[in-house]
Amino acid sequence: MTTKLYTSDHEWLAIDGDIATVGITDYAQSQLGDVVFIELPKVGRALKKSEAAAVVESVKAASDVYAPVTGEVLEVNDAVVAEPALVNSDADGKAWFFKIKIADKGELGSLMDEAAYKAHTA
Amino acid sequence: MLARDDQDSLKRTPLYALHVSLGGKMVPFAGYEMPVQYPTGVLKEHLHTRAAAGLFDVSHMGQIALRPKSGKVEDAARALERLVPQDIVAIPNGRQRYAQFTNADGGILDDLMVANFGDYLFLVVNAACKAEDEAHLRAHLSDDCIIDSLTDRALIALQGPKAESALAKLCAETPSLKFMDAGPRKVDGLDCYVSRSGYTGEDGFEISVPAADAERLAKALLADSDVLPIGLGARDSLRLEAGLCLYGHDIDTATTPVEAALEWSVQKSRRTGGARAGGFPGADKILAHFDQGAARRRVGLRAEGRAPVREGAVLFADATSSEPIGKVTSGGFGPTLNAPVAMGYVPTALSALGTQVYAEVRGQRLPLAVAAMPFVKNTYKR
Repeated sequence: MTTKLYTSDHEWLAIDGDIATVGITDYAQSQLGDVVFIELPKVGRALKKSEAAAVVESVKAASDVYAPVTGEVLEVNDAVVAEPALVNSDADGKAWFFKIKIADKGELGSLMDEAAYKAHTA
Repeated sequence: MLARDDQDSLKRTPLYALHVSLGGKMVPFAGYEMPVQYPTGVLKEHLHTRAAAGLFDVSHMGQIALRPKSGKVEDAARALERLVPQDIVAIPNGRQRYAQFTNADGGILDDLMVANFGDYLFLVVNAACKAEDEAHLRAHLSDDCIIDSLTDRALIALQGPKAESALAKLCAETPSLKFMDAGPRKVDGLDCYVSRSGYTGEDGFEISVPAADAERLAKALLADSDVLPIGLGARDSLRLEAGLCLYGHDIDTATTPVEAALEWSVQKSRRTGGARAGGFPGADKILAHFDQGAARRRVGLRAEGRAPVREGAVLFADATSSEPIGKVTSGGFGPTLNAPVAMGYVPTALSALGTQVYAEVRGQRLPLAVAAMPFVKNTYKR
């Protein structure tokens, strides 16, 4: 059973046990426009909550993607690096960025559920 | 994302309502609310312009008629030569030329187009500089010319391989025009000024039209299924791929035309030994740069990787040195090349094609090679 949570910086987390899969929201990709480049963290990197973890560049500008929780990077999505446009076509699915081992589940308390995120972007 | 200026102080072009009705995302630019993109999106707008035709609202740019008090256009041309290093006298009736206003230090105050309309000169200047340009013209040329700011006209650019066929439906003589031909012409019965030029590297046209008729003309052009409205986002990536300078970024008051690699735009008649050598602001410095070379030069830069290198990125000669050698002045992703492209200034000694330099991006040194411009071959109809 996965739970989906959101940050105010427009990242989503799909939580399965103590592993979170992280991506950016469909709203975020619609604001960025055509994504042309993605840089992901190295597997094994220890990320602190709110630290810049990845970079998304659209034709317009570069944007940071922040670590939504503290933890170690377990896996990154090479497919989205090879085909950045996946972020525009399937931000909530195939275009996940990385998986992180959640160090402190207490940090999840500050994240939004889907209804709260919808209100945040309304 | 672009910072939001005070919306109340922003001006609107005569095509504002059309942009909004077409779904344009309006942003502040040079004091105007302008469409940065339409629902098509920057990437597809760029590619569509190169594949078919794009319509751009460039009405924010300044249009100025320089009318000779003597009634002789060559007197206006001679007067304007006091402010620009170009040969204006030699521009034939019905032709247009790229020029720069220079300052006493040899820097560039603005870049512009100058056309000879037979009995007067027609100038198109940048939006952000137009008030200063007009004051500059008044201060220096008022004895010889009436400086007539044509604020009641819109300016529409139609660019791309299908621009000719789209405009030909409204102006039968379109196919007979050559690159940089310019003059008054009827378009769809309207009193327009048409030039075969633009700022995308594509064949195309710029059409000055009375403000009251601008929307009608834009709609008539958009009725052609080959033509899509294109925003400022794609206009920027198109001109970058074409290797063309953006004023305030790639050229400014601290860059001379020689440093900016714009030597081609300064005719021999104005250079040392020419019939009317010098006689423009900053001539000493600019001609010295011609004769002895300049210490730095604007070059094209291509990245080895996929990461775009953007404006402001600091350049280094190698992967480790702490001494910067220059800066990227324009950079981003080139949709036609499907790769990052940039331009910037490097020491002349490092400006040869193929020279490797490094840009610092997010703390990393990314290798770049000095590359020929335009990055995308232009398709002008000469």
